[in-house]
Amino acid sequence: MDRVPILRIGDVLLVSIQVDLQDQGVLDLQEDLAEQLSSVSARGVVIDISAVEIVDSFIGRMFATIASVSQLFDAATVVVGMRPAVAITLVELGLTLGNVRTALNLEKGLEILRSTTIGRTGAGWAQPPPEATR
Amino acid sequence: MDVGAQHLAQLVELLRTNSEQLIHRWVELTAPSLRGRLTEAELQSDSRDLFDALQQALATTASIDDAHFAEVKGLLEELSTARARRGFTPTETAVSVFTLKQAVSELAERQDDATLYRQVLSLSALLDALGLRTFEAYARTREGIIKEQSEQLLELTTPVVKLWDGVLAVPLVGTLDSIRTQIVMEKLLQALVDTGSEHAIIDITGVLAVDTQVAQHLLKTVMAARLMGAECTISGIRPQIAQTIVGLGIEFGDITTKASLSDALRHALRSSGVEVVARTRTAG
Repeated sequence: MDRVPILRIGDVLLVSIQVDLQDQGVLDLQEDLAEQLSSVSARGVVIDISAVEIVDSFIGRMFATIASVSQLFDAATVVVGMRPAVAITLVELGLTLGNVRTALNLEKGLEILRSTTIGRTGAGWAQPPPEATR
Repeated sequence: MDVGAQHLAQLVELLRTNSEQLIHRWVELTAPSLRGRLTEAELQSDSRDLFDALQQALATTASIDDAHFAEVKGLLEELSTARARRGFTPTETAVSVFTLKQAVSELAERQDDATLYRQVLSLSALLDALGLRTFEAYARTREGIIKEQSEQLLELTTPVVKLWDGVLAVPLVGTLDSIRTQIVMEKLLQALVDTGSEHAIIDITGVLAVDTQVAQHLLKTVMAARLMGAECTISGIRPQIAQTIVGLGIEFGDITTKASLSDALRHALRSSGVEVVARTRTAG
């Protein structure tokens, strides 16, 4: 059974999902990630799903679960590179990603993490970007 | 050979011996109704082909459902399709079949033969059925044309334009239905990925009516864009539409809506850190 690699870049953990995940793979990933988070004091988790073409409700919930787990280790979660078809599917399924932030690509995702740890602001999921003062 | 063929023997003979005369008379009768939109030569060759096929089919059978009539039907459909595309009315096309009846009965009258006359009557019934077929083919062709046009319209009316670095806009015009909104949604989301834009503006100034379903689609688009990490603003809601939305109890939640496209652009620019300032003119 292939495991999804979890790469460490500085204090960010990068999870790049390159295969279509089965339910067992999702559970394995959650387990591995929790272990990594507890051993490395990461401040952020980036999940790259630019290669994922098919999602179901189980994977949809995975993002929220990972975000909640990361939250316990004081790490923010950003999902990057979601394809339009996947986004449409998730909306049709009626899934919200809870407190997961999203970004168009890896670069923007890392940027969001940087800004959240510095000032806890910046564009992202759930809150509209703050209005600049006049 | 079935009974019908025997039954029409005299008529078939009449058609065969007088074919030139009949075709000539047929063309002569048809020409005025087409009012010169078809050249004499074209009409002549159309009529000749049809006449020959009809004559051959009649030699074996008198039943229009028989396989021998396949060629006649094929020719008629072709003719009707071609004329529909050239803007003839279905009546004009059908008349060019019906006039053959007149041509044949004129000829038969002169023969003063009761049997032949009965056969001409059954030919007339047959031509009526064929004439109706031209109607069917005509309607089919027109439907095809309408479908093509609506598809072209669909492509034309959903452009995604770039307003600024990282700001995309979709100006929606006309009536929104499920299919169109679906296309807009997919196009917009794909454009967001392709350009790496973090802001999208859906401008509905040109939209005349919004119902619950359309609103639902718009909301879904905004949600999907958010899932991908982009912020979506809706602008240009008309006063009547605003009334409708409130009346229907549609909740836009925390989705940003702005009065005009320029407001939405300003909002997008601000949140991406760009400030638009009027340049003060320096003296001298």
